[in-house]
Amino acid sequence: MVTRGKGPRGVAVALTAALALAGCGGGEKAGSDGPANLRMTIWSANEAHLKLFNEIADEYKKSHPDVGTITFDPLPFDSYTTTLTTQIAGGNAPDLAWIFENSAPDFVASGALRPLDDTLKSTAEYGYDDLSPATRKLWQNDGKLYAYPFSTSPFGIFVNTDLLKKAGQKTPAELIAAGQWTWDAALAAASASQAKTGKAGLVIRDFDYKGWDNLSTFWTGWGARAWSEDGKTCGFNAPEMADAMTTLHKAIFTDKALPGPGTTADFFAGDAAMTVTQISRASLLKDGGFGWDLVPLPAGPKGNYAVIGQAGIGVLKKSPHAKAAADFLAFLTNPTNSAKLAQFFPPPRQSLLTAETLAKTNPKLKPEQLQKVVIDGITSGVVKPSHAGQAELSQQVRAGLDPLWQPNADVKAVLDGVCAKIQPLLAK
Amino acid sequence: MSRTDTRVGRVEARPTPARSRPYWTARRRDQLTGYLFIAPQLLGSVVFVILPLLLVVWYSLHEWNVLADTFDFVGADNYTALADDPNLGPVLRATGLFSVGLVVFNLSLALLLAVLLNQKLQGTIVFRTLFFSPVVVSLVAWTIVWGFLLQDNGGLNGLLDTIGVDGPNWLRGEGTAMLSVIVVQVFKNVGLNMVLFLAALQGVPAELYEAAEVDGASRMRQFWRITVPLISPTILLTSIITVVGSLQVFAQIAVLTQGGPGTSTTVLVYYLYQQAFQFHHFGYGATLSIVLFVIVLALTVLQWQMRKRWVFHES
Repeated sequence: MVTRGKGPRGVAVALTAALALAGCGGGEKAGSDGPANLRMTIWSANEAHLKLFNEIADEYKKSHPDVGTITFDPLPFDSYTTTLTTQIAGGNAPDLAWIFENSAPDFVASGALRPLDDTLKSTAEYGYDDLSPATRKLWQNDGKLYAYPFSTSPFGIFVNTDLLKKAGQKTPAELIAAGQWTWDAALAAASASQAKTGKAGLVIRDFDYKGWDNLSTFWTGWGARAWSEDGKTCGFNAPEMADAMTTLHKAIFTDKALPGPGTTADFFAGDAAMTVTQISRASLLKDGGFGWDLVPLPAGPKGNYAVIGQAGIGVLKKSPHAKAAADFLAFLTNPTNSAKLAQFFPPPRQSLLTAETLAKTNPKLKPEQLQKVVIDGITSGVVKPSHAGQAELSQQVRAGLDPLWQPNADVKAVLDGVCAKIQPLLAK
Repeated sequence: MSRTDTRVGRVEARPTPARSRPYWTARRRDQLTGYLFIAPQLLGSVVFVILPLLLVVWYSLHEWNVLADTFDFVGADNYTALADDPNLGPVLRATGLFSVGLVVFNLSLALLLAVLLNQKLQGTIVFRTLFFSPVVVSLVAWTIVWGFLLQDNGGLNGLLDTIGVDGPNWLRGEGTAMLSVIVVQVFKNVGLNMVLFLAALQGVPAELYEAAEVDGASRMRQFWRITVPLISPTILLTSIITVVGSLQVFAQIAVLTQGGPGTSTTVLVYYLYQQAFQFHHFGYGATLSIVLFVIVLALTVLQWQMRKRWVFHES
């Protein structure tokens, strides 16, 4: 026993040293001195998007030697918000982050973001008042703007005109001209196209029987909503929702107008006749692929309507370079760069929301498509559902709606079940 | 005592008693070498196992909001919340169903394969390799491929279609989703248990079977009276490994079903991931992981205790 001496103590010292080293490794990468290296998380890994972002960043660095590098860090779309919050929890928060509308209430109210008003207003020739108040609403708390409404992107329907013609169907453009562009007509065309061509009829992109908030592009036509305006009352058991979901259920399981659960079909690869998605996905269209068109959402029983998805860019308070990050954001979203970015991400700037301006940067879209889908959509659109604690709500709705995706589901009972699950969360 | 005596003897033999012994005696050098050898492993365990374990206990006593950057002590609140959680019952049921299904399927199939492949026939090596190969395949890659096969219009239903059977939508049906996840996991890891069983089977002395045959025992009787008792230590080992592994299933659920349909495949690990990383309830997530820890510990201790009853011998 005598000889054990310093052994364990030595080990303890070594361990403490190693732990200290490990601890240092996880700390902040750079202090506020020296060139600021900025990192922004985004959902898109699209080359065209990244190229434009990098061009703007390079231009900014020329006039700002204090900024070292600006990195755009694409995270997978499906797990974007989870990955972002995990990075924040792990002490590896980005300096700027793209935020989806469904997590906007959580981020804006949490205090995780730095208010942007002062920086944006004090930037020369920024034109803060040009930002449409409607687009700012979701990103404000107590009168302060916590994220810039970077993309206000209406949902439209991209159409594979080749497939529809092959199936002997009228194109949506023809139906619009005849004043017959309704969901009934759209679903009938999708169903006929599926039967004739064997390819999927209509795909609600990113829904895949899990991302149910994308269904708001459908049920809004019936005047249904996930929850009331104040967010306190469940809307799934309302009669409008039951009508909408009954139509959808029939379209999926009886008419095969939409691919069933567990079946994947990518419109942009030519696997579907139509898809409901945002204009920012236009970049996925390949030249010389197939004949296509972009049209507004069809009219529902409640008439014409539009749904918009929003995304904001915020500056993380935890960032050691929050000031530099906010300055870069002001540059990224100034009138000149907003015009450039408008080809992918419809800007909140009223001055840019004209068919002529958007047409300059949207070579793939015709002025009338821009006017009907984008500009009219932004001015009249309903934003996709968002609520504080959205992740938990979303999971409960997803689980509650699962029984609906069976051929012989009892629609009314399922929708009542959804409300039973989420009402306690909404009432919180 | 004898050590002290020797030392005294040595001191007396030296002409200069004031001179101390060198610190680095052979024994101390040996010890240092030993500690250095275990240091990397020890360090790894402390940093990546023991420290996080203690931290999880600490987190479970707090309400940690990552976005708001708040970390408030709430005492046992997260533990009392367990009782009020309407999801916990279904989650524990799904976890139990998965574990029982996996252990029963996996061990019986592994033992069956091992017995079949223990014959001295041509080509057994090829089959052994075939059944073992999924063990070395990446778990996520394996699961993604199975995801495609199990789709409604996927490979499995295509195969069933050729024989006139209209297969179910495997991953979307309340009953079939859990079955699918279990089968995917069984095929992934059955090879490992099979190899362990095979090794055990080959350790059973052939003369016991010969003697039994002379006594007129049937093949079935030989299996239950000779094979099973003699390989029981391996059955214990494989069942512990499989039970513990089954309680940690995550990737398969995340890739194949995301806990659905409904909550039918939301097992405890997936649920705690949802609570912590998706709903940002890190404190409650930590509490759930302690529940998991207690369950794993209890089951392992139980199995270890029960070995006295049914394990034939231990070396």
